[in-house]
Amino acid sequence: MPLVLNEEQNMLKDAAKDFCTNNTPITQMRKLRDEKNENGYDTGTWQQMVELGWTGITIPEDFGGLGFGYMGMGVVMEECGRTLTCSPLFATAVVGSSAILHGGTDEQKGELLGQIAGGELLMALALEESPHHNPYGVAATAEKSGAGYKVTGSKKFVLDGHIANKLVVVARTSGAAGDRDGITLVLVDSDAAGVSVTRTIMADSRNAANIEFSGAEGVLLGEEGKGADVLDKVLDAARILLAAEMLGGAQECYERTVEYLKTREQFGVPIGSFQALKHRAAEMFCEIELSKSVVLEALSALDEDSDEVPELASLCKARLNDTYNLVSSEGVQMHGGIGMTDEYEIGFFMKRSRVCEHTFGNSAFHRDRYGVLQGY
Amino acid sequence: MSNLDNFRQETRAWLEENCPASMCEPAAEDDIVGGGKKATYKNPDAKLWLDRMAAKGWTAPTWPKAYGGGGLTKAENLILQDEMFRINARTPITGMGFSMIGPTLLDYGTEEQKLEHLPKIVSGEIRWCQGYSEPGAGSDLASLQTKCEDKGDYFLVNGQKIWTSGAQYADWIFTLVRTEPQAPKHEGISFVLIDMDQPGVTVKPIRLISGNSPFCETFFDDARVEKHNLVGQLNRGWTVGKRLLQHERSSISGLGSAGRRGRYDAMGTLPDIAREYIGLESGKLADLSLRDSVTRNTMNLRAFNLTQRRAMEENESGGTPTFATSMFKYFGSENGKERLEIQLKIMGTQGLGWEGDSFSQAEHTLTRTWLRSKSSSIAGGSSEIQLNIIAKRVLGLPD
Repeated sequence: MPLVLNEEQNMLKDAAKDFCTNNTPITQMRKLRDEKNENGYDTGTWQQMVELGWTGITIPEDFGGLGFGYMGMGVVMEECGRTLTCSPLFATAVVGSSAILHGGTDEQKGELLGQIAGGELLMALALEESPHHNPYGVAATAEKSGAGYKVTGSKKFVLDGHIANKLVVVARTSGAAGDRDGITLVLVDSDAAGVSVTRTIMADSRNAANIEFSGAEGVLLGEEGKGADVLDKVLDAARILLAAEMLGGAQECYERTVEYLKTREQFGVPIGSFQALKHRAAEMFCEIELSKSVVLEALSALDEDSDEVPELASLCKARLNDTYNLVSSEGVQMHGGIGMTDEYEIGFFMKRSRVCEHTFGNSAFHRDRYGVLQGY
Repeated sequence: MSNLDNFRQETRAWLEENCPASMCEPAAEDDIVGGGKKATYKNPDAKLWLDRMAAKGWTAPTWPKAYGGGGLTKAENLILQDEMFRINARTPITGMGFSMIGPTLLDYGTEEQKLEHLPKIVSGEIRWCQGYSEPGAGSDLASLQTKCEDKGDYFLVNGQKIWTSGAQYADWIFTLVRTEPQAPKHEGISFVLIDMDQPGVTVKPIRLISGNSPFCETFFDDARVEKHNLVGQLNRGWTVGKRLLQHERSSISGLGSAGRRGRYDAMGTLPDIAREYIGLESGKLADLSLRDSVTRNTMNLRAFNLTQRRAMEENESGGTPTFATSMFKYFGSENGKERLEIQLKIMGTQGLGWEGDSFSQAEHTLTRTWLRSKSSSIAGGSSEIQLNIIAKRVLGLPD
């Protein structure tokens, strides 16, 4: 599996960097937050992303996408991570589209993937029921009803839940919370009867929602009772692509911090001349270099549909959780008082890092999973 | 079929025919071959294997054929290492000739120096050691004081080196010496090659905490050095010496040793050892706190290995180590030390045996390896020095 980008991927990365720097700088996120924007993202910017083809990067050409693969989506996510870009890209064009790709019938794929690529359809995955990632800990139920299913239960922390048109609801047709068997994915329109969405305002100013389902009707996605097979694949793709975003954020935060160490003077010298700070900066350099490698390897594995995807997803999500946490905490510490202010942007990285950390598995979850996958 | 596929088939066939069966068994510490005039071979197969590999130049696969090397491309060498790994073949010979002075001579040596020294490294005839540190020059290496005087048609060397690994087995020593005492400390240093087979050179082994004596003190008392054994320019030895340090750091961190067996692998991987000494409960290691340590270290090691591979892929021209070597040296040695600490916790008192039959050979080896691992973050520039280098050279932080 290659650990370097090819020419096309490099071009995409450069284009994404230009776009994010010019069109979605961190000031955009601040503005959306301060205006309490009801969408939580800028619809004009989103339309531009759609026109650039980003929504179709991982969607095969047959279904109206670019077929550019996860490595391509990874470099875009990385650049979005650098500018803390608010957009439906992750929930819709990574999580949503992979759910349809892995679980959908040919008919569903034909109908929905084109809509995702065209930017007409926004999606969200309604999975969690507690403050901790627990993919099989689903108590929400799905009951067969005519040609479809009726879903009942409470979902938390649904990314983009309040703007999505369609929800992939992880529910249970048999068994008990914790069982891998018996999980069923149901596609529910967000404006269906029995769906009640409450937007939650999170520390990172990004979109999430709590959603109550009370007998909401939807259609099956994948096989009844075998939803976990699809869910695992969707989650692994999500973890790896989120890690790519985190890599971008960690690098940006780190580079800003190193720059500050070179310019901020105390005791008549740049503070970066102090060994106590130099060594910590050098250690972070190593962590980031290792992080780049695991993200690239995991993205390659996704594109090759390798058997190693699950363990690499856990390897890279655990590492990026820890690295982003470290780098953003040190970023605030090394900036001193100014790092504590809302006016300065460095603190935004810390807030974003923690939300990412708890999205689709914290480090303890992924180290445990890695051990299990390796047979210990 | 591509040329590389052909090469793989031929290599596989050659190895199967020429690698003695006993050379595919795990090597104990005293099975590792370093060559040189004083070498002894406990197993005659080891000498046979060395001679066969040396005849093909495969003890130094990527060195040019003109100097006895294998003349392989990077891709061919990866295949060779891969095929050796496949049958668990031992590396026929290792040492500072291969990892340090050889690559440095390829970079900085004269044609005459390359022709004189490299073929004897390839064949295992001459074993080298390193004369860098002095009692007063450790991390501050450039403050070294060993004196080298110009006597007209030769140099005369007086002084003392320390931590000269394997000096008691070596035939030649590459040495940093002071040739211009009045110059600023980095500008009065030269890099010379010294034949140790002369009365002016004395070696005294130092016993370490591991009970072994891998390091020595080496004394120079009017040692004679022919002028053609100066590498690089007079008083410009620091440049040569720094390049060699990069090769040394690559070697300590395991960079470029794809396919070689890790020094700590005698007992298996960390999870293997944990399974044996702690056992599983419902499919997970029974001690959950240790399990977390094991997964952390194992996952870091995997990320580290991927990063080594990425560095090789990024640097396709190959061979020339960069500042990244400091990162690999730092992270590799720290991760390795941590790994042995976790191994001790897993094995408990069974991992702390010193002598006698209450412990297996592998357990005895572990105790010594654990102690020895502590030197990996000291030798070749300590971890702290590596972090300084990263801060200065990579991050551009001010002095």
